[in-house]
Amino acid sequence: MTTESPLIEFAGVNKWFGEFHVLRDINLRVGKGERIVICGPSGSGKSTLIRCINRLEEHQEGKLVVDGTELSDDIKAVNAIRKSVGMVFQQFNLFPHLTVLENLTLAPMWVSGVPKKEAEERAMQQLQRVQITEQASKYPLQLSGGQQQRVAIARALCLTPKIMLFDEPTSALDPEMINEVLDVMKELAHQGITMLCVTHEMGFARSVADRVIFMDHGQIVEENTPDEFFNHPKSDRTRDFLSKILAH
Amino acid sequence: MPQQPYVFQTVASRPPPRPVGGLLPWVKRNLLDGWTNVLITLLLIALLVLALPPIVQWGVLNAVFGPDNAACRAAAAATNTGACWGVVAEKYRLIFFGRYPYEQQWRPMVACALMIGAIAASCYRPFWRGWLIGLWALVLGAFFILMMGGRFGLVPVETSRWGGFPLTVMLSTVSLLIAFPLAILVALGRQSKMAGIRTICVLYVELIRGVPLISVLFMASFMLPLFMPQGTTIDVLVRVLIGMTLFTAAYLAEVVRGGLQALPKGQIEAAQSLGLGYWQTTFKVVLPQALRLVVPATMNTFIGAFKDTSLVTIVSLYDLTGALQLALGDADWRKFFFEGQLFVAAIYFVFCYAMSRYSLWIERHLNTGTRRQ
Repeated sequence: MTTESPLIEFAGVNKWFGEFHVLRDINLRVGKGERIVICGPSGSGKSTLIRCINRLEEHQEGKLVVDGTELSDDIKAVNAIRKSVGMVFQQFNLFPHLTVLENLTLAPMWVSGVPKKEAEERAMQQLQRVQITEQASKYPLQLSGGQQQRVAIARALCLTPKIMLFDEPTSALDPEMINEVLDVMKELAHQGITMLCVTHEMGFARSVADRVIFMDHGQIVEENTPDEFFNHPKSDRTRDFLSKILAH
Repeated sequence: MPQQPYVFQTVASRPPPRPVGGLLPWVKRNLLDGWTNVLITLLLIALLVLALPPIVQWGVLNAVFGPDNAACRAAAAATNTGACWGVVAEKYRLIFFGRYPYEQQWRPMVACALMIGAIAASCYRPFWRGWLIGLWALVLGAFFILMMGGRFGLVPVETSRWGGFPLTVMLSTVSLLIAFPLAILVALGRQSKMAGIRTICVLYVELIRGVPLISVLFMASFMLPLFMPQGTTIDVLVRVLIGMTLFTAAYLAEVVRGGLQALPKGQIEAAQSLGLGYWQTTFKVVLPQALRLVVPATMNTFIGAFKDTSLVTIVSLYDLTGALQLALGDADWRKFFFEGQLFVAAIYFVFCYAMSRYSLWIERHLNTGTRRQ
C-alpha cells in the first residue's frame, strides 16, 4: 500500500431511490492503477455504485472524492471529472446517427476543443487499439454487438481518461462475442489504467483483478484478492453466490 | 462386378421463369388476383367510365378558357354545361397578388420567387450548413424590402395592401421559421428539472392548444394593441404573425416532445459520461435523433399551418383564399366561384403534395445508415 491519496474514495456514502436504500454506508478506496471487479446479485447496487463515480447517479449522504475533487452539485466540476472518467455501458449506447469515427471524435472536439484533424487521428489510434479501424466510416448499427462494444471502449478512451468504468460490458453480447471484448479489456488492464468493472465474468476477475468486491443489498459484503475471494470466501452470502455462478 | 460406364444424360431444360416485371404481370398480380379483386377492379372501371366523360366534358371540352364573360355565361346556361376558366384568366393577377398596386406586382412576384428558392435550397441536405442561415436572413430582408418599398427608389406599399400568394407564403414560412426553434425550446422546457420553466411551458401549450386559431388571431389583432403603451401600434401583419407563430409552436412542441421521449435514456447518459454539457448533449445527440423520429408528424403540422394561413381573412388580410373572394366580388364573375375555388385549391394541393413527398424522401434519406442493413 502506498501513502499516496486514493484516486477514488467513498466515505460513508448512502443513496436512496425513493424509499429503496440502494447504497448503504459504502466505504471504498481505489488507488491509481488498481483493477477492481465488482460482482453481486442483480439489484445489489453494483451498477449504481460505479455510476456514482461519474455522477450519472447522485449520492445523498457521505463523501465521494474522485481524482481530488469532491462530487457535488457543481456542474463544472462534474463535467471535468467526467472527462477523466470513461464509461462503457451494457447496451453500448453508441450514437446511432453518427459514424463510428464521429462517435469517437464528438467529445474530444466539443468537450476538449481538439481540432477535427487531430481528433480523427487520435480516434484512429484508439480504433487500432481495439482492432476495428476498417469500420471507421460505418454506422454503429451496421456492426456486430462485439464490434459495437469495442467501439464504445475506444470512444471512452478518446478522452484519455484516468479511470475506466465498465457496467456489465459483456452481458448484452452473444456468447461468441464476449471474448473479443474481454481481450480488449485485458489489454487495457495490462496497460495500467485504473479500472472498475461490474461483471459476472469470473475468469476475467481471476486473471486481471487486484481486488474483487462482492455486494449484496446495497452493502459491500466482502472485499478481497481474487485468490482469497474465490478459494476462501469469508461470508456465507459470498459462498452461496459463488456456488450459483460457478456451478456450471 | 464390372463397373458400369457412367453415362451423361442431359437434363431437359426448364421453362424460363415467368416475367415478374412489366405491365401485364403487374396488372395480374395487383388487379386481377382472385375473384374479389376482379370484381372490385371491374366496379372501379365502371365508375370511371361513368364519371370521367362528364368531368372531361365540363372541365375541358365545353369549357371556356379565355376571359370572355359572355361566352362563360353561355357555357354555364347550355344543356351540356362547361366550366368557366375565364374567371381565372380574367382575375389571376388579383387572385395571386390581392390588392397590391397593379403596376408594382413584379415586386411580390420576385419576392415570392426568392422565398420559394430559399425553401427549395433548404430542402437539400448538403446545404444544411451555417451559410443557410445567412441566406435566409438575406432572402427575408429582400422579401420585406421588395414588398414594403420606400427604399432603393421603390414606391412604399402599406402592409394592408399585401395579399394573395405572397402573403400566404410569407405568413406560413416566417411563422414556421420562428415556431420551430420555439417549439424545440418549449419541448425541452417541459422536460426541465426546474419546476418554474416546466410549468410555464405546460401552461403555454395547454392554453394555446385549447383555443381555436381564429380566436388566437382575433386576440392577437384586437387585444394585443390594448396591452401596448398608448400611441404605439404594431402592424396588423406582425400581430397576425405573432398569433400564428405562437399557435403553431404549441402544436410543434408536442410533436418534438414525442421525439424526445422516444429517445433511450442511455443516449443521454453516454453523452454525459463523455463530459458533454446540457446544450452540447441536446444539439449533438438528442435533437438529431429525436427530430428524425418525428419527421412525419412535423410535416403534418407544417402542412396544417400552411393551410391555416387562410384564416387571416377574418382580420382583413387577403391571403390566397381572401384574394379569391376579392376577385369574386366582381358581380360579372361572381357566378363562377366554383372554378375559382378549384383553381385556388389546386395551388394549395400542389404545395401540400410537394411537402408530403419531401417528407417521405427526407425521412428515408436521414435514416440511411442508422437502420440495420
